[in-house]
Amino acid sequence: MKDEFGVIYGINGPILSVSGYDGYKMSEMVLIGEEGLIGEVIGIEAEKSTIQVFEDTSGLRPGAPVFSTGGQLSVSLGPGMIGNIFDGIQRPLKSIEKDSGVFISRGVHVDSLDMDRKWSLQTLASEGDQAFPGMVIAQVKETESIICRIMIPPDIRGVIKSIVPDGSYTLRDAIAVVEVSASAAQEFEPLPDSPSKFELKEIRMVQKWPIRVPRPVDKRKIVDRPLITGQRIIDTLFPIGKGGMAAIPGGFGTGKTMTQHQLAKWSDADIIVYIGCGERGNEMTEVLEDFSELKDPRTKRALMDRTILIANTSNMPVAAREASIYTGIAIAEFYRDMGYHVAIMADSTSRWAEALRELSGRLEEMPAEEGFPAYLASRLSSFYERAGSVTTLSGADASVTIIGAVSPQGADFSEPVTQNTKRFVRVFWALDRSLAYARHFPAIQWLTSYSEYLDDMEEWYRDNVGSDFLAHRQSILKILYEESELMEIVKLIGSDVLPDSQRLTLEMARVIRLGFVQQNAYHMFDTYVPFAKQLKMMEIILHLNETCWKLVKLGISMNVLKSEDIFERVIAIKYNVGNDDLDKLEGYISDIDDFYGRLYEKNA
Amino acid sequence: MLEGVENPAYDEVVEIKIDGGKSKKGRVVQIFGDKVAIQVFEGTDELSLHNTITKFTGRPMEIKLSEEILGRVFDGIGRPIDGMGEIYAECRRDINGKAINPVSRIYPRNFIQTGISAIDGLATLIRGQKLPIFSGNGLPHDQLAAQLVRQASLGGGATEGFAVVFAAMGVKYDVADFFRRTFEESGAIERVAMFLNLANDPVVERLATPRAALTAAEYLAYEKGMHILVILTDMTSYAEALREISSSRGEIPSRKGYPGYLYSELASLFERAGIVRNGKGSVTQIPILTMPNDDITHPVPDLTGYITEGQIVLERSVNQKGVYPPINILPSLSRLMKDGIGKGYTREDHPDLANQIFSSYAHVSDIRALASVIGEDELSDIDKRYIQFGSLLETHFINQNKYENRGISQTIQLGWDILGVLPRSELDRIATDTLDKYYHPMTMSDF
Repeated sequence: MKDEFGVIYGINGPILSVSGYDGYKMSEMVLIGEEGLIGEVIGIEAEKSTIQVFEDTSGLRPGAPVFSTGGQLSVSLGPGMIGNIFDGIQRPLKSIEKDSGVFISRGVHVDSLDMDRKWSLQTLASEGDQAFPGMVIAQVKETESIICRIMIPPDIRGVIKSIVPDGSYTLRDAIAVVEVSASAAQEFEPLPDSPSKFELKEIRMVQKWPIRVPRPVDKRKIVDRPLITGQRIIDTLFPIGKGGMAAIPGGFGTGKTMTQHQLAKWSDADIIVYIGCGERGNEMTEVLEDFSELKDPRTKRALMDRTILIANTSNMPVAAREASIYTGIAIAEFYRDMGYHVAIMADSTSRWAEALRELSGRLEEMPAEEGFPAYLASRLSSFYERAGSVTTLSGADASVTIIGAVSPQGADFSEPVTQNTKRFVRVFWALDRSLAYARHFPAIQWLTSYSEYLDDMEEWYRDNVGSDFLAHRQSILKILYEESELMEIVKLIGSDVLPDSQRLTLEMARVIRLGFVQQNAYHMFDTYVPFAKQLKMMEIILHLNETCWKLVKLGISMNVLKSEDIFERVIAIKYNVGNDDLDKLEGYISDIDDFYGRLYEKNA
Repeated sequence: MLEGVENPAYDEVVEIKIDGGKSKKGRVVQIFGDKVAIQVFEGTDELSLHNTITKFTGRPMEIKLSEEILGRVFDGIGRPIDGMGEIYAECRRDINGKAINPVSRIYPRNFIQTGISAIDGLATLIRGQKLPIFSGNGLPHDQLAAQLVRQASLGGGATEGFAVVFAAMGVKYDVADFFRRTFEESGAIERVAMFLNLANDPVVERLATPRAALTAAEYLAYEKGMHILVILTDMTSYAEALREISSSRGEIPSRKGYPGYLYSELASLFERAGIVRNGKGSVTQIPILTMPNDDITHPVPDLTGYITEGQIVLERSVNQKGVYPPINILPSLSRLMKDGIGKGYTREDHPDLANQIFSSYAHVSDIRALASVIGEDELSDIDKRYIQFGSLLETHFINQNKYENRGISQTIQLGWDILGVLPRSELDRIATDTLDKYYHPMTMSDF
C-alpha cells in the first residue's frame, strides 16, 4: 500500500500533522519518510490527520511522505519471545544492537521474532478436525521451562483442511490450512484483516494482534488462589491472587523497583513479562544479567527461561513509552491463552501516564488535574481490567496478574495517578519513606496497605494452608496496629513508664517487624521464603506472644522477660533456619516452653 | 517565528545574521506548513522584523571534538572562549546524542573511593553511576563536588585515563571561578574541559550546555577509553530555563509551571551516564541541584530522584551544627551500592555495617524528638546511648576536613568504633558471626 500516503505539514516533537490524504484509519500504523519511522494515527480531521511517532523526529521535513499500512499497531505473537528483550513497539534490542551499535538509531527495521529459526514442531490436530478460536493445534518447546502452544487465531473458525507432520519449521512456514466457515467473522469484532466467507486461511506459528485490543476469552472467573511470591509481608499479610491487580506506589528510593524485581524473580507465575517503562537503563541491564544467572526455585531453570523483558528507558522516545504497556499486556494475554499463569510487572505506570500527559500537551488538549488529560482514569482502568483469572477459549484455566509500580510526584499519594490507580486495583502496597530511611525493606507500610482478595481466597487457604491461617494473620496485624497507637504515647513520654502489658505489645511488635515483616533480599535464603516456613514463623511468634502474656499476667516484669535472649532468637529465625530444614523450627516452640517453665518456677 | 520557509528540517540549526554583521545561532523547534518557530541561542536582542537574514544549515546542533578539548574552556554551546583559538576537530557530533541500547550496557560494579566517609561508607559512588547532590542555596555543595573531584581519582597519582567534564548552567561567575581555581590547584586543569553558561548568559543556550558537555564526555569515554566524571551544576537553573522557554512558547504547563516533558528532558541528560560494551571508558555523573526552599518534593529534585541512581542530600540543620560535609545520611542513598560493596569489592562486613548505621541513626531521630519533650535527663539508659551514638556519628564519622582523604578500611573501622557505643543486643541488622568478628564496645571517652 505504498502508494497511499499523505505528506507532513507540521512537526511538534513526536507529534506530526499530515495533510493530503484522508484514507487513514484511527490507530493505524504508518511509516514516515524515506527512513520509514514508525508512527500511529491518533486523530483525523477532514484536512489534516495527527500522528504520533515512536522514534526521534529530528531532521524530518514538511513534505516528507507518511505511508499508510492499513493495519493497526500490532505485535507478532509466536515462539521466540521468551528470554528476549524488546523495545516499546516489540523490536528486539539485540537485533537493533547488531544493526546500529551501542546507540539506538532511527528507522531500524528488524523482525520482532527470528523468522529463520527452525522450531521442532509437534502437531496435535489432524485433518478434518473442527478448528475453533484458541484451539491448540501444535506445540513447540520454546525454552527449557515453557512450551509454546500454537493456537488458531481468535477470528478463525472452520475445518482443518491440511496440517503438516511433526518436524522442524520456521515462522514463515504455513503449518495448517483452515477452511473458514461463515459464522466466524460475526462472532468477534472484525479485525482489519479478518477473513471473508469460506476462505482458505493459512495458519502459521506466528500471529499478529493489535496491541490496544484485549484478546478474547471464554469467561472471567473469580480470583480464588494466591500468587505465591515468597515475600512474607505479601504472601501472609497482603496477598495478591492469580489474575489480580496490585499497585506499588512509593517515592523515589523506597524500593519500588526492588520489590518488582523480587516478585519477578520468585513469584510462582509460569511466565513473567517485565515492562521497564520510562525507567533507568542500568536497571534493565541488571535484570538481564541477574535473571540469566538466577534459578527458578521450582523448576531449577534459569529465570530468563520464563521472562520477557520490554525496555523503553526514560531517554527513549516518549510515544513508544505509551505503547510499551500495551505491547506487554498483549504478549501476556497470548501466553495466557495457552493456559499459563502470567504476571506482568509494569515499572512504572506513572511514566506511562506522564507520556500521555506529554502527548496530550503537544496536542493542545484541555488538561484536567495537574496537566494530565481527562481520559487518564479511563485509560488506566482499561489497562488494569485486562488482568483477570479466566477460562480460555480452549477451556484452560489461566490468568494475567498485573502489578504496577506508581511513582507519585513528591511521594504524595493524593496525586492523580495514584488516586486513579487506587480506584481500579484491589491490592495496594504502599511504600513508606520513613521505613526506607531506616532501611526497613520491603518498605511496605502495614497500616496503609490492603488486599481485597482475602475473602475470595478464603477457601483456598482453608484447603491448602490450614483453617487458622486467617486468624493468625489477623493477630499479627492486630499487634502491629496496637503498636502504632502506643507509639503516639511513647513519642510523648517514653516507653519506660508504660505498664508491662503495653511494653510487651511493643516488644512483640518489634519481633514481628524485625523478624517477620522485614525481609532481606540479599540474603541467601531469606530472599525467598516458602509458604510453609512463613506459617511456621508466624506460629512461633504467636506462641511466644501467648507465653509472654501468661507470664506478664502472673506479674513477672518485662525486664525479667527481656533478660532472656528468646526474643532475639525468634527474630533471627529468618537467618538461622534454612528453607529446607523446617524441622528445626519445632525446636523453637519447645525453647519457648522451656523459657516459660524457667521463669514460672523462678518468679511465680 | 518565520514564514515562507522552504523545506526546513525539525531540530536543524539556523544561523541568523543581524544587519549583515553579527551572527547568532538558533534551532527549529516547531514546524507548521511553511512557518517555523526558532529558538535563538544567544538571546533575541537587536533582532527586529526587518534586519535579519536567516540561513538554514540543514544540520542538527553539533560540536567539534578532539582530545584537545581537555584543558580548554567553552561557552554554553561549545565555542572556545579562552582565547586559545578554535579546536582542530577530529569529528563533529550531534549534541542531542542517542539513547544507549539497554542490552549494550554493562551493569556498573566498580567502587570509586572518594575518601569521604559518609559517601564511601553509606552511599557509595560507583563508576558509571549518576549520583546527584541535592543541596540548598548557601550550602557547601561546590566544596563537596570539588573534594570529590580532587580525591576520587586525581589524588593517588593515577591520573591516566581520567578526565573531568564540567558544565555550568546559570551559575554565578564566582562559582565557575572557584571550580577553575580548584582544578588548577590540584594540577588537574590539563584534564578538564569546561562548558560555561553563566547566570547572565542567554537562557536558551543553557538548554544546550549539558548536552554539549555530555557529548564531549561520551566521545572521550567511549571512543578514547577514558573514565570521565561529569559535573553538572546547577540543574535547577536548567529546569528553570526550560520552563521559561516553554511558557514563552505557550505550552500547557504541568506542576509548578514546568512543562510536562521535564521528566523526559532530565532523563535524556542523566541517562547518558554509564558503561557500554566494547568501550573501555565510562561516564559518571555528579549533577548538583539546589532545592528551592530546601524542598525535596519540588518537581526538580523529585523528578531527578526518580531518574538518578540515588542521591546525596545536604541539609541545612546539619550544616548549622558545623558538620562538613553536611550530608543528611537518611535520605541519601546509592542504588548501585549493593552490587559494588562487600566481599571482593570493599570489605565483607560493609553492607551489614551500613545497614545498621542507617537503622540505628533513624532511631536516634525518634529519641531526639522524645528528648525534646521530656528532657534528656529523663531518657532511659539505652536511649542516652543512642543520643551519644547519634552525635558521635555526626561529629566523627560524617564530619571531616575538606582535605581529609580517608581510606575505605579507615571508614569502616570508624563505623565499628562508633557502633561500639551501643550495646551489642541493639545491633539487629548484623549477622551474628560478623558481630563476633568486628564488634567491640566503646564509650564516649574513647573519642
